[in-house]
Amino acid sequence: MRVFFIATLVTLEFVTALPYAAGQDRGMPAKAAATAKASALVDISGYWVAVVTKDWRFRMITPRKGDYQSVPMTEQARTIADTWDPVADAASGDQCKAYGAAAIMRVPARFHIAWQDDNTLGVESDSGMQTRLFHFNSPPLSTGERTRQGYSTAQWQTSASLKVATTNLRAGYLRKNGVPYSENAAVTEYFDMAPLPSGGQVLLVTTIVDDPQYLQQPFIVSSEFKKEADGSKWDPTPCTAK
Amino acid sequence: MSRANSKFVGATILAAAFLCLFTCRTADAQVDITGSWAARNHEFLTGDGLPVDFTGIPLNEEGRIRALSYSESQLAMVERQCQGWPAFYLVQGPFGLKIWSETDPLKGNVISYTIGAWEDRAPLTIWMDGRPHPSKYAEHTRAGFTTGAWEGNTLVAYTTHMKAGFLRKTGAPSSDEATMTLRFYRHGDILTLLAIIEDPIYLAEPWIVSRSFQLSATPLSPIGPPCLTTYEGSNAQTAPHYLPEKNPFVDEMTTKYGVPRDAAIGKPETLYPEYRKNIPPAAPVR
Repeated sequence: MRVFFIATLVTLEFVTALPYAAGQDRGMPAKAAATAKASALVDISGYWVAVVTKDWRFRMITPRKGDYQSVPMTEQARTIADTWDPVADAASGDQCKAYGAAAIMRVPARFHIAWQDDNTLGVESDSGMQTRLFHFNSPPLSTGERTRQGYSTAQWQTSASLKVATTNLRAGYLRKNGVPYSENAAVTEYFDMAPLPSGGQVLLVTTIVDDPQYLQQPFIVSSEFKKEADGSKWDPTPCTAK
Repeated sequence: MSRANSKFVGATILAAAFLCLFTCRTADAQVDITGSWAARNHEFLTGDGLPVDFTGIPLNEEGRIRALSYSESQLAMVERQCQGWPAFYLVQGPFGLKIWSETDPLKGNVISYTIGAWEDRAPLTIWMDGRPHPSKYAEHTRAGFTTGAWEGNTLVAYTTHMKAGFLRKTGAPSSDEATMTLRFYRHGDILTLLAIIEDPIYLAEPWIVSRSFQLSATPLSPIGPPCLTTYEGSNAQTAPHYLPEKNPFVDEMTTKYGVPRDAAIGKPETLYPEYRKNIPPAAPVR
């Protein structure tokens, strides 16, 4: 009986240690390895093209003023959106307001994802010519200059997806026709990959925008991208306000 | 091996088996997708605003011709009122998802997941027990036949044997050869479904569409209200339709929203960024 008791303890120790050793505890981020690049669970680098299979009229063209369908806006947000003036935005150098971190993955664009260094993943867009930087092994930034793309921290999830949290944003537009988000908005994104049945890869980006000032509830959308062989279709074009 | 050692090894195996009763898990059920998932309709997915809205659907020529022949008045026909929509409607319709599992009472492994029905959507059962898809001659149903398997923390389901129906309520057609690969990604209280829909008859390329849901503390119903038919004044002698090039609504997306006709009728090239170069900078807006 004493032998069985000791054996049980040894086995229990082994069994309970397993999930942690493997970093498999659900909901826990993967154990930090030497570098984010080395510990990447999936390879999302490369050229990706947006496939606009939904919200076409809100994404591929500039929706008309007042067409805010599906966005859970507050009354204050609606009042602001009703004053949208793209000419004034362009004149004041704010033509990139619809290309901020809360909306950039909705822009019909090509994206180039590449490691900047061992712990920083860069995401560039050709449309709007924006650059995002995902900082691994880095705490969120609570101070500092606010920018269109804000400050993004990233971590690999054990579900083989990438989680990105962005703050320190400048105020911008969720949609090109002036649907606002405030500088206090927080953006959480999940990057997941899937194979295409006939070959090729799909990148799925789930975006959650929290903005108590302008949104009645978190704004949740998901966007689809297809991987391209190279950057031959890369076509940098500046932001447009209209 | 000494007698004491072999005794310890034997006891260890016994202990491992004993503990396994409480701790071992089968390869499935990596994450829990069961529960009530509320719809967050922050994207315009249902596409039932205007009759000819096939934006974002890569229809081929045959699919386009068929889609433009469709009249929504068909739904007034008694025999079509309760026809419902194929499984694609999971990522198209405005409703949430009620998902539950059936488990083997002895082994505890998941035999199937079921996504509950709604009035116009049949329940979808995802078989997790390794059974094969039936013969291609087997019966086709509204929900089709679906098998699933875990790939890491992602549930991947594959649906075949659907009846011919619609990709979107506006009449974009689907054939009975259409298939759907559905991936379930759970991130905290967010569940995102990625559907890759293939149809050799009506699609020029796979249609990739996704939708997110949020875990709800309020239980959703596993069934919808019953569908009841009634006479709506339709002529029983004809099925409402439009002849080729006679659909009166073909330009409504253009006049109302400035969407070019090629995009409204679902030409595949309109799904990609470069198409924007073909859009007039100031499309007519009424």
